[in-house]
Amino acid sequence: MDIFAQQVINGLVLGSVYALVALGYTMVYGILGLINFAHGEVVMIGAMIALAVVSALLAVSPDMSPFTLILIASAAAILVCVFLAFLMERLAYRPLRNAPRLAPLITAIGISILLQNIAMIIWGRKYKMVPQIFPTETHEIFGASITSVQLFIVAISGVLMVGLLLVVHFTKLGRAMRATSESQRVAGLMGINVNKIISVTFMIGAALGAVAGILVAGNYSVAHYSMGFMLGLKAFTAAVLGGIGNLGGAVLGGLLLGLIESIGAGYIGNLTGGFLGSNYQDVFAFVVLIVVLVFRPTGIMGERVSERA
Amino acid sequence: MVTKRLFACVVSALLMAGCGSDEESNDGRKVVNIGHVGPLTGPQSHLGKDNERGAALAIDEANQSRIVIGGEVIEFRLLSEDDEANPQKGTVVAERLMDANVAGVVGHLNSGTTIPASKIYFDAGVPQVSPSATAIEFTHQGYETAYRVMANDEQQGKVLGDFAVKTLGARSIAIIDDRSAYGKGLADEFESAVKQAGGTIMTREFTDKTKIDFTAILTTIKGLDPDLIFYGGMDAQAGPMMKQINNLGLTANFLGGDGIQTTQFTVLSGAEGEGVYASSPGLPLGQMKGGTEFRDKYKQVYREDIQLYAPYAYDATSVMIDAMTRADSVDPAAYSPLLRDADFPGVTGRIRFDERGDLKGGSISLYRVTSGAWKYIETFGGGE
Repeated sequence: MDIFAQQVINGLVLGSVYALVALGYTMVYGILGLINFAHGEVVMIGAMIALAVVSALLAVSPDMSPFTLILIASAAAILVCVFLAFLMERLAYRPLRNAPRLAPLITAIGISILLQNIAMIIWGRKYKMVPQIFPTETHEIFGASITSVQLFIVAISGVLMVGLLLVVHFTKLGRAMRATSESQRVAGLMGINVNKIISVTFMIGAALGAVAGILVAGNYSVAHYSMGFMLGLKAFTAAVLGGIGNLGGAVLGGLLLGLIESIGAGYIGNLTGGFLGSNYQDVFAFVVLIVVLVFRPTGIMGERVSERA
Repeated sequence: MVTKRLFACVVSALLMAGCGSDEESNDGRKVVNIGHVGPLTGPQSHLGKDNERGAALAIDEANQSRIVIGGEVIEFRLLSEDDEANPQKGTVVAERLMDANVAGVVGHLNSGTTIPASKIYFDAGVPQVSPSATAIEFTHQGYETAYRVMANDEQQGKVLGDFAVKTLGARSIAIIDDRSAYGKGLADEFESAVKQAGGTIMTREFTDKTKIDFTAILTTIKGLDPDLIFYGGMDAQAGPMMKQINNLGLTANFLGGDGIQTTQFTVLSGAEGEGVYASSPGLPLGQMKGGTEFRDKYKQVYREDIQLYAPYAYDATSVMIDAMTRADSVDPAAYSPLLRDADFPGVTGRIRFDERGDLKGGSISLYRVTSGAWKYIETFGGGE
C-alpha cells in the first residue's frame, strides 16, 4: 500500500465534507456578512433525523431496499433542516438584521448551544450507532484503499458543489443572490425580494449541511449531539482559508484543510524527526491558516477586502 | 421572618447532624457516620448510586451484627454526598463531610474527583478508601489516608503489556491515546511494560475526545505494519476507530483498557469490533469469591442488578469497619494504622494494602469480543 496516496485519499474524503459544510457558512456570509455559527448544529440535526428515520423504517420493514431507505431518510433530514434554517433566519436573524454586528453573531452562538441541548434531550448523551445500510466494499486506487461509502461521499459532494455553482452563476435565483450580496438596498430597488432571497440562501446552505451530516454519520457509523460543533469549526476555518464569501474558495479551502490535516498528522512526526507527533495535527492546520491569512488576509480566493467582518 | 426561622432550624439540624460521634440513636446505640461520595446526578449517576448501595449494604450488615467498639454498641450511618463527577464539587463535598466529623470516607468514584479530595481527607486525618479510582497519582502523593480496593492503572498497564507481548506474541506495537489523564496514564504504563517484556513500540499517536476521524494516524500505523494496536481511551472513540481500521485493511490485534471494556463499545463497533481484547480491574462478578451471593443479596434489597463497582464499595466499607473493630475505636487516628495492615476476606477477593495504600496483588481480568459480546478470558494477579 502506498502510504502517501492513502493519506491523500483520507484528506480528500475529509475535505469534501468540510467543503460541503463550508459552503453553508460562506453563502450566508457572502449575503449577510454574518457568521452563522449554528450551521454545524444543522449538520448534526440532519444526521440525527436521518438516523431516526432509518431506525424507524428498519423497525417497521427490515427488508426495505437500501436505496429507498437512504432516499426517504435523506428527504426527511433535508426537509427538517431546511425548515429549521427557515425558522432560524425568520425568528432569530431577521429581527437583528439592522442591529450592531455583534448581536447576530452572539445570537448564532446561542442558537448553536440551544440546538445542541435540544438534540441532547431528544436523543440522549450517548454516542449512537448508525446501522450499516450499504455493504462496505473496499476498492484499490493508486495503491490506496477507499470504501464505496467514501467514494460516494466524494462523488455526492462534487455533484452538489458543481450544482450550486451552476445555480448561483447561471439562474435567475443565482443572479438575485449575487445582487443581494452586492447591495441589499439596490437589489431591493431592482425588484428583488431581498427577504426571500436571504431566506432561500439559508435554506440551501442547510440542505447541503443535512447531506453532509448524513455522509459523516454513514462514513463513521456514529452520531452524537455534539458532532456538529467541531465539524462546524473546521468548516468555518476552511471557509476562511479559501476566502469567506467566495463559493469556489469554500470548496478549495475545504479540500485543502482536509489534505493538510491528513498529511500533517501522517508526516509531521517524520518531518520534525519525531520532535512533534500527531498530537500537533490541529496546530499544524491552524498554522497553515495563519500563514495564509498573513499573506492573503481575505483568504486564498477572497477578492474584495470585506469591511463588514 | 418565617424563612429566617426555617433557615435557623435547618442550620441547627445540620449542626446537630455534625456532632456525629456524640449522637445517640433511638435504641441507645452510639452513632458513627461514614461518608460516601460519588456522582449521584448526571451521566454517571447510575454508577454513583450503585456504589452508594454497595456501601449501604455493608453498613446494614454491620448494624445487624451489633458491633461493639469501645464498650458501646455502634450504629453506623452512611452520609452520602454527590460530587457530580466534578473535581471542584468533589472538594466541596469533601469539606462538608469533614465538617460533619465522619469517621471515614468511602469514595470517590472517579480518579479526577478522588485526587483533589484526598488532600482534604489527609489534612483532616480521615481515612479514605476509594472503590474505583484507578489513576496512579491517587496513592502516590504520600497521603497515608488514601486507600483503594481496586488494582491501579500501573498494574493494569503491566498486565496489558505482558499480555500483548507474551500471550498474543506481539513484537511490534503501535500506541494511540486520547491525551486524557486516564488514556495517557494507561498508555504510558502499557508502553513501559511492553519495553520490559521485550516488545518494540513502533510509534505513539494521539487523538482526542472530540474526534471521530482517525484515518490519518491509522494510515501511518498501517505503514509501520505492527502486530498490535493499543488504545488508551474510551469506547466512544474506539467504536468508530474499529471500522476505520478494518476499512484500511489493518489486520493487527486491537487491545484496550477498561475504558473500552463496555457494552457501549460492542454496540458502537458492531461486527467490526469482533476479536478485540480489553482488560478491566478485578474479577468478573461470577468469579469473585462472594460474587454470586452478593449479586443475589443486592438484587433482593434493591430489585435491580449491580451496575459495576458496588462489590468494591461494599468491600471498601467493610474493610474500614473491620479496622475500627480491630482497633476498638472509631477515632481515625486510632484505627487508621490498623487499616494499613488489614487482611480482610472481601467479596471481590482478599484485601491487603501495600505501604502506599494500593491493593496488594490486585487482579486484572482480560476479555475478548466474541459474537458481539465481551467474553472472559483469564485473570492475572490476585493470588487467592
